[in-house]
Amino acid sequence: MIEEAKIIKSKRIFSFLCILGLVVVPAMYYLGVLSIGDINMLGRFITFAIVALGLDLLWGYVGILSLCQFTFFCLGGYAMGIHLAHHGGPEGIIDSNGWKIPACLFVVYPYEVGESSGDALVPGFWKPFWNLPITIFLGLLIPGLVSLILGYFVFKSKVRGVYFAILTQAIAVAAWLVFCRNDVKLCGTNGLTRFDVIAPHGSIFTLNPVDATKGWIESNTGGSNLDLNKDGAVDQLDYSIADVGYSLSAPEVQVSLYIISVLCLLGAYLLCRWIVISRLGKVLVAIRDDEPTLSFFGYKPYTFKIFAFCVAAMLAALAGLLYVPQMKIVTPSNMEAVRSVLVVVWVAVGGRGSLGGAILGALSVNLIYNYLTSEHDYGFFTWSPDYWPIFLGIMFVVVVLFLPNGLIELVDRFIKKKPISKT
Amino acid sequence: MNTEENRTTDPLLVYKDSRPSQVQLEFWSSRYVLFVENLSVSFDGFKAVDIPHYGVKHGELRVIIGPNGAGKSTFCDLVSGKTKASTGKVFFDSREISSLDESEIALLGIGRKFQTPTVFDSLSTYENMLLALPGNQGWKKNLFDRETKNEREQILEILSKVGLLEQRNELAKSLSHGQRQWLAISALIISKPKLLLVDEPAAGLTDQETEQTADLLLELANDHTLVVIEHDMDFVRRLNSTVTVLNEGKVLAEGCLEEMEKNEQVMEAYLGR
Repeated sequence: MIEEAKIIKSKRIFSFLCILGLVVVPAMYYLGVLSIGDINMLGRFITFAIVALGLDLLWGYVGILSLCQFTFFCLGGYAMGIHLAHHGGPEGIIDSNGWKIPACLFVVYPYEVGESSGDALVPGFWKPFWNLPITIFLGLLIPGLVSLILGYFVFKSKVRGVYFAILTQAIAVAAWLVFCRNDVKLCGTNGLTRFDVIAPHGSIFTLNPVDATKGWIESNTGGSNLDLNKDGAVDQLDYSIADVGYSLSAPEVQVSLYIISVLCLLGAYLLCRWIVISRLGKVLVAIRDDEPTLSFFGYKPYTFKIFAFCVAAMLAALAGLLYVPQMKIVTPSNMEAVRSVLVVVWVAVGGRGSLGGAILGALSVNLIYNYLTSEHDYGFFTWSPDYWPIFLGIMFVVVVLFLPNGLIELVDRFIKKKPISKT
Repeated sequence: MNTEENRTTDPLLVYKDSRPSQVQLEFWSSRYVLFVENLSVSFDGFKAVDIPHYGVKHGELRVIIGPNGAGKSTFCDLVSGKTKASTGKVFFDSREISSLDESEIALLGIGRKFQTPTVFDSLSTYENMLLALPGNQGWKKNLFDRETKNEREQILEILSKVGLLEQRNELAKSLSHGQRQWLAISALIISKPKLLLVDEPAAGLTDQETEQTADLLLELANDHTLVVIEHDMDFVRRLNSTVTVLNEGKVLAEGCLEEMEKNEQVMEAYLGR
């Protein structure tokens, strides 16, 4: 009986999300109620909801509090960032291997002593990210592998509870410090930026710019205007100018990215729902309740914990992949420890242990954040953005005290008043 | 002459005579479903369990009694892998299991019920049983497989036997203490272990529930090997089987309950000197 009610509820949440995300919001945009900036913002918040879903699976169902979800988010984000930087406009120079050094890397390139700007090379680990499908694949695979290795050592040695939370927080800080360093060739604190286009022809069908240039020149032989930068030679830079995909600042592209984000959120919701109602979901809950007993039934709890940790990490990475083209910049500030703690706040406010709650929490907290971090004059009282942390703290305390199951409890109460026959 | 006689009565007495070689160890471990040799564990220098040798035969119902702190539960912990032994070996089904972890031992067929009923509070009664089903302990199977019709019928059959059928969709945390004890025992039964370690099944039960639990265990004893730890003498009397008395981590005496009640050493251990 409980199970049936849960399934009905999750179907309702799913259809509600579908209608709201795919019909209502785009309709409001085309009717002029929402600006393209709002759509872009909603798209970014939806990627946060994907991160929250992953953490809810991990924290709400298995009881593992991870404080490094935004590290995985940034691993995905940086993968996409490198890819977008590769195709990011004509600034920068061509290195001796025929790769264009992207503008954001070129300005902060960490030269060795005695090197001049002519000696700069595109780092080897940047090269696989030239290709979009490979970028998406690696952007999910790398965080997956990192969480797998981390999870194996941590969960196998039975690190639990608060110790795990502290450990992941330390990992988040360590990763942030590494990404802030300029000599890891990820543009230091500047971050990856100067993004221009997404999905140009060359990023999908070729593996490197040398092939792409050749192909472009061959398919355009006889064209008199190949020398686009007028330097007297048809070269990589000409190709860079010609490497035109979909401009990230175009409204259609931003709406498409928003739609893709909504679809990914729906997919992530279905995936998590499927995991939770499968027998594995019961095992996850059993781990939260009483992990030692479970091992006396022959289960190895650490394998299940690794599984949940990997799923959460890969969902966070997926969110990162979607976030970066919408934000058009990715910097180490996204990795700061406080960002990962905020995910916990979203899930706690929305409703821990309820997938709909995680989505609700991420969207509502971020929308309130967006509203309250600008100045508002109410006549008798002027709201200053400085008050935001105080408001967030009060909101957190109020929810924990009066709505232990989160905001989703309000929604549940509201629905319960109506007869269920409407399904 | 004396040893000849003992060989027919109790093979363990022969074992006592000499320190066994590896070959002999294999022989003994094959005669007993559970066999421990030279097993000891110390906590901060205190020897909680110190058993030179001990065995439980196939199909036997063995009751372990002893005063508080005698090492009964610790013995169970050692066998089921919860605690690692300081010295000695544990054999189960002619396999040494002292180095394996809890889940591997459980997969080999040792089921364990703890002193306090351990059920998963946030799962329903039925789901608790579902997790105990044997052969589904890998994560892939759990993700993709559902229970078969046969398995579902098995669960419902056991639940109706212990009178939990009506509560099958209720969360385990809403069950009474006695129902939780039975749910824990039911979960143990459905996991089809070769050996059941049942730690204080009658703790905190009403008289009627205690009787029912004893009947349930006796029924189980028909086709399982059971080791039952118990305080309640009435309960032990009902089970009517071989009793091992532990005291200060050592095996004090072994035999039927009437014998034990006459044994001076046992009475001394229980009443204090």
